[in-house]
Amino acid sequence: MSQLLNALFATGFFASAPVRAAVVVGAVVAVVTGAVGVFTVIRSQAFAGHALGEVGSAGGSLAFLSGTNPLWGYMGVAVIAAGLMEVLGVHRPRARDVATGLVLGAGLGFAALFLYLDTTSTSTTGVTVTILFGSLFTISQPMLPTIVVLSAVALVVIASCYRMLLLSSLSPELAAVRGVPVRAVAIAYLVIMAVAVSLAAETIGTILATALLVGPPATALRLTKRPGGAMVLAGLIGVAAVWIGIVLAYDSFYWPPVDHGWPVSFFVVAMVFVFYLGSGAVASLVRARRDRRVGDPSAMGESGCEPHVDADAA
Amino acid sequence: MFSSFMVNTWIAASMVAVIAGVVGFFVVLRGSAFAAHAIPHGSFGGAAGAVLLGVNTILGLGIFAVGGALGIGWLSRRGRHDVATALALVLMLGLGSLFLSFSVEYAGAVYSLLFGEVLGVPSDDLLPMAGLGIACILAIAVLYRPLLLTSITPEVAEARGVRPGRIETGFLLVVALASTMTVPVVGVLLMFSLMIGPAATARSFTSSPLRAIALSVAIALIIVWFGIAIAYVTNYPVGFFVGTLGALSYGSARVWAARRRSRRVGASPGDDGPRLQLTAPLLRAAPPGR
Amino acid sequence: MTEPRPAIGIDDAVLSLDGVSVWLAGREVLHDVRFRVMPGEFTGLIGPNGAGKTTIFRVILGLQPPGAGSVLVGGRPLDRHNPIIGYVPQKVFFDPDMPLRARDVVGLGLDGHRLGIPLRGGGRRQAVDRMLAAVDATHLADARVGNLSGGEQQRVLIAHALISSPRLLLLDEPLANLDIRAEGEVVALLARIAREQRIAVLISAHDVNPLLPVMDRLVYVAAGRTASGTTAEVIRAEVLSALYGQHVDVLRVHGRILVVSGAEGASGVTLEETPGGAAAPDVVALR
Repeated sequence: MSQLLNALFATGFFASAPVRAAVVVGAVVAVVTGAVGVFTVIRSQAFAGHALGEVGSAGGSLAFLSGTNPLWGYMGVAVIAAGLMEVLGVHRPRARDVATGLVLGAGLGFAALFLYLDTTSTSTTGVTVTILFGSLFTISQPMLPTIVVLSAVALVVIASCYRMLLLSSLSPELAAVRGVPVRAVAIAYLVIMAVAVSLAAETIGTILATALLVGPPATALRLTKRPGGAMVLAGLIGVAAVWIGIVLAYDSFYWPPVDHGWPVSFFVVAMVFVFYLGSGAVASLVRARRDRRVGDPSAMGESGCEPHVDADAA
Repeated sequence: MFSSFMVNTWIAASMVAVIAGVVGFFVVLRGSAFAAHAIPHGSFGGAAGAVLLGVNTILGLGIFAVGGALGIGWLSRRGRHDVATALALVLMLGLGSLFLSFSVEYAGAVYSLLFGEVLGVPSDDLLPMAGLGIACILAIAVLYRPLLLTSITPEVAEARGVRPGRIETGFLLVVALASTMTVPVVGVLLMFSLMIGPAATARSFTSSPLRAIALSVAIALIIVWFGIAIAYVTNYPVGFFVGTLGALSYGSARVWAARRRSRRVGASPGDDGPRLQLTAPLLRAAPPGR
Repeated sequence: MTEPRPAIGIDDAVLSLDGVSVWLAGREVLHDVRFRVMPGEFTGLIGPNGAGKTTIFRVILGLQPPGAGSVLVGGRPLDRHNPIIGYVPQKVFFDPDMPLRARDVVGLGLDGHRLGIPLRGGGRRQAVDRMLAAVDATHLADARVGNLSGGEQQRVLIAHALISSPRLLLLDEPLANLDIRAEGEVVALLARIAREQRIAVLISAHDVNPLLPVMDRLVYVAAGRTASGTTAEVIRAEVLSALYGQHVDVLRVHGRILVVSGAEGASGVTLEETPGGAAAPDVVALR
């Protein structure tokens, strides 16, 4: 048993403080983005989620410039961006697309400026890479409690307006008729997504933030039609992807090129991808078995109107 | 700023603007902003790979851009379109971070690849850029009608034998081609800004598709020229001006259009269409059927 | 079900479905559908939502292969693209900012499926203008499509479908989002087109009443089964009850038809308003 453990977890895995912090923060962030991300997928707002993460990086670089805590920079800018997106036209899908794109473009423009000022004023060259790709192993320890608290707040908010959010996501007209303040819910959701994404982006990088916001929830929605179950499942899948990624990244220190280690973002993204593709295979197997059972001569994959959420409805 | 070595930059930037204006019209029409962002952004991973292998960066950019376009198309058939785009993007960037980690000296070039570099467009690059640009325009010209048809009524297109999925993949490949040629000057991240801003702005001023394309090109050219000029003087990155000017121009166009609409209360359908005849009051009474 | 043999040969039918059945996700959504549409005929495809109307359309358009049965369009078997069919889909959303005019949309009906840019000349502009005139939309030619009302957009889409000179016009629930006035205008327009240009019209709806004045025949779809014939033949309690598999009543009031599910144990009743006044109470009694 101990041989197996030694093979999987390279020496010093559990003793290393950065690794322990990575495991905890990675799990917390994965749970929060997984839960929030289920609605992101249902509402087809993956672009907005990704955009908020990248725009947040403008705030991060600004904070770096001014010496304040990057997390507040990320979060502040992301929330402002969320508000702007809402203002510029979120009612129609096409206008929302354009609004998201423009806010992202402007945000990245500012990120370009701040990063330029960062590098010229403080002469640190790796800032760009760090901001965009992040590093799970360089989380500042004192921030841990803040991250956990903020994540918990986001989860509580989602849980408390779960029904309103679900109804207005699946059918805005029906929700409006039932008295749900659809517009307010939309804005609130964008802000929650901004908070969750900036938490993730500041700790594990914008790539992983997007990956965890979209991948595990999409995977979960393929495996279960109930949104509540999907939120839990998405968190579990995200945590699995992050932990496996951490283990592999730590082990990779001994892989070629030796003493260098492969980046953890690569492994986590790879795991997210593998889980997504795997769930697709599982889902089509299940569908094929069901169609064969009912004796359908031409087993088509379409289904009629379903009361639950269809993960793959374009 | 019009010295000999800057001439290349002006030429390259103008080509970029023309391509972005033309392709961008369809990006905005089809609501493909995410893909237009993801394909150039992800292609960055290919550039990192190219540096690792010691090959021309453009090759790496091109391979990843095309791969990204095809990957988005493939994944879209199995799931939602925006999920497909997000996953393709993170996979490409994940690979990019892997390649980056192996080559230590690349960190400095990352910035200019992402955000653009005013200087440093070698003359050797101009001809291939022009070639790619012409290929883009030709591809758009060939796909023009099915692109429009699938953008407004994919069901009718399907019924007429056009496959919307194929057209979408073809269009994404054009976006990939366009982003490959434009990265050197504007950078991966802001290329898409040039595709969205001018095209979105142009829509407010005309309802004819061909005129909208022409206007989109014109606005893109103005933004890029402005951006280069200011970037040259201030040394700030071009991408900053492209991104912010794009958003500003759209914002002002929207404000202008709203003002004009409120001044013509109860007027004709369409911004520049003829007024409704008063002999058709029944049509006026019909509420919007949405 | 009840399908009287037409006096003319089968080959003359613009559309012919025979014994068509379709399975989706293991469920049989259409069973033994058979009906025929003759040139210039105005046919209604009536039925509640979810009964299978859109599936029938998809079968006709070649987008949904039937599990059984045959479909003949213009006497020929189904193909990927049947140029003799003009199709107006159900919910087309035009973004208000979209830079496309009514004339652009109509023009795409002519050649939108072909590659390349539309060239000037070749009578394209005149054809578009003619079509717009045919649907009373000339004054909308240069208007932004996304800014038009629902009824106006409907006309543009009809012109779009007509410009390729189809022999069969297929409209999927065109009346669904229109108010009563726009509804009447669209129906009158379609009837005129069917009559003047000898184009068969097959229009699906969940309410038969707006089509009563102009319909030649109807195909009633319920629970995946169909019954076709004239209004009088099909809209009867016995026929519809057999289709639905449960008791159904048909009420006629002031020339309007109402189909309601009947009481348990009562056999279906067809009520007629007594001429010269409102129905007397004892006529309304159900067994």
